Amino acid sequence: MFKMFLTCLAFVLTVSAAQAQPLRIEIDNPNIEPLPFAAPAFIAETSGADQYARDLAAVVAADLQGSGLFRAINEEAFISQITSFDSPVQYADWKAINAQALVTGAVSTTSDGQIIVKFRLFDVFSEDQLGEGLQFVGSTNGWRRMAHKVADAVYSRITGESGYFDTRVVFVSETGPKNARLKRLGVMDYDGANQQFLTDAQAIVLAPRFSPNGDRVLYTSYESGFPKIYVLNVASVGRRVLQDQPGTMSFAPRFAPNGQDVVFSLTTGSNTDIYKLNLASGQRTQLTSSPAIETAPSYSPDGTQIVFESDRSGTQQLYVMNAGGGEATRISFGQGRYGTPVWSPRGDLVAFTKQNRGRFHIGVMRLDGTGERLLTASFLDEGPTWSPNGRVIMFTRETAGSGGSSTLYSVDISGRNLKAVQANASDPNWSPLLK
Amino acid sequence: MKTLTKIALLSTVVVLAACAQNPFDRSGGAGGIDNGGISTSALDPSSPAYFNQTIGDKVLFAVNQSTIDDTARVTLNQQANWLNTNTTYTAIIEGHADEQGTREYNLALGARRASAARDFLVANGVADNRLRTVTFGKERPLEACSSEACYEKNRRAVTVISAGVGS
Repeated sequence: MFKMFLTCLAFVLTVSAAQAQPLRIEIDNPNIEPLPFAAPAFIAETSGADQYARDLAAVVAADLQGSGLFRAINEEAFISQITSFDSPVQYADWKAINAQALVTGAVSTTSDGQIIVKFRLFDVFSEDQLGEGLQFVGSTNGWRRMAHKVADAVYSRITGESGYFDTRVVFVSETGPKNARLKRLGVMDYDGANQQFLTDAQAIVLAPRFSPNGDRVLYTSYESGFPKIYVLNVASVGRRVLQDQPGTMSFAPRFAPNGQDVVFSLTTGSNTDIYKLNLASGQRTQLTSSPAIETAPSYSPDGTQIVFESDRSGTQQLYVMNAGGGEATRISFGQGRYGTPVWSPRGDLVAFTKQNRGRFHIGVMRLDGTGERLLTASFLDEGPTWSPNGRVIMFTRETAGSGGSSTLYSVDISGRNLKAVQANASDPNWSPLLK
Repeated sequence: MKTLTKIALLSTVVVLAACAQNPFDRSGGAGGIDNGGISTSALDPSSPAYFNQTIGDKVLFAVNQSTIDDTARVTLNQQANWLNTNTTYTAIIEGHADEQGTREYNLALGARRASAARDFLVANGVADNRLRTVTFGKERPLEACSSEACYEKNRRAVTVISAGVGS
């Protein structure tokens, strides 16, 4: 017994010594160990807030743990109980279970259906609060968003980078067999909660893309019998066709960072080129003019350049051109075919789909084509989308065979933390951080 | 006994063909199978059913290609003859890809295939205002397995006949 106590003590001392620096996770560290934290049930300060108090803490813990950068310590290991939001933290009790971070919170409900959430973050080994306490007020049905905001604040204070938990994902919901699949647009929280449909399943819909502030969604629909691009207002679910040139087909739309221009592919006869459309003026500009297939355009975050795919060399490869079109520079030179490039929100990388020797991969490379890294491998992975902080990629994984189905997965750009997000879904697109 | 085997084989082929019916074909099908397993097919050469079954509404393509090969040329020649004879019909030519490709690229590839079939028909006398093309990319495979046996049937252009004068 005494020996065990000594061992524990030594362990605590070691951890303490290692914590001379303020609490910090360096995301780029390749040997990163998840940081242990405690998130006890929030304090219910009014009757009726009990359930929220438990659920909020659980969602905060799930967000942080789900990032792969944090490890939630099981409640059963807790020595201290948090009984009041303002009572002093018993640091020794949290050190003893090696909780490097402690998240405490309180919830109250008001008579008019509002919910008030307060939280504080503590650096246990420095015995100090990390950042100011924060308070969120909103309607009770927005409680999950408040939990995501708490988790975003914790993530941001410990990593020094913005979070990605209070975000949504627009995607294609799939039902039915492979050769008669029904598809409809869906939107959900980044973790799969709060799903809603934006269209019915009458027509095939493909590849929805959020506007820079998340108020609109571009997508391709067969509702006319031909693939055409539509723009949908997320709040009203009203939609209008964007490209209706007779005898042409259009697809692969994406907003420019200014939210006013849209790039897309337009097919005339056998040829597919990239065009830009200004939403306000309706003016259309052709950006590529080779007889090859040019598609999947994606803007740089500053809006000055576009990365896209073309088979002008004979196989699908990635190219970068100025946003006004013209000469393009090929950036992919590895084995296999490269498609669906997406410029990262940080501007440093492009994510892509790679096909090589009958396998599909999601990968990243720098914009000059160097530093290629494949993050996944399967029968069919495709269509990456970036978390708004540029740290996580979501994509579609489809399984083989007549019973094959699509599932949304996410993976860190380190290649770690691969996990399924949503079954029977494809073509995810990640929103910016919600306001 | 030999004849019985042949009939059994024949009906198997017919059943398979029926299973392979494109769920997106809007022309329906006059052909079918009665309870005795004897196939029936359209006799009227001016019917869309004859076009679909006897001439064949589909042509196939090699991986990542949109070239019309010799087999496809024979089918498309007959399709052109039929369309030139039955001038009250129009057609939509669907281009399809197998699942081994990214979604956007396969849409563009399907468009190339539909356009190749269309160009062949136009070169053989079909008025281009009677033909439209559409790509389905990899969205509507005919066969659902994930091997070349299915993929080769999915890389196709389908000429879908409909009534009505050209635009």
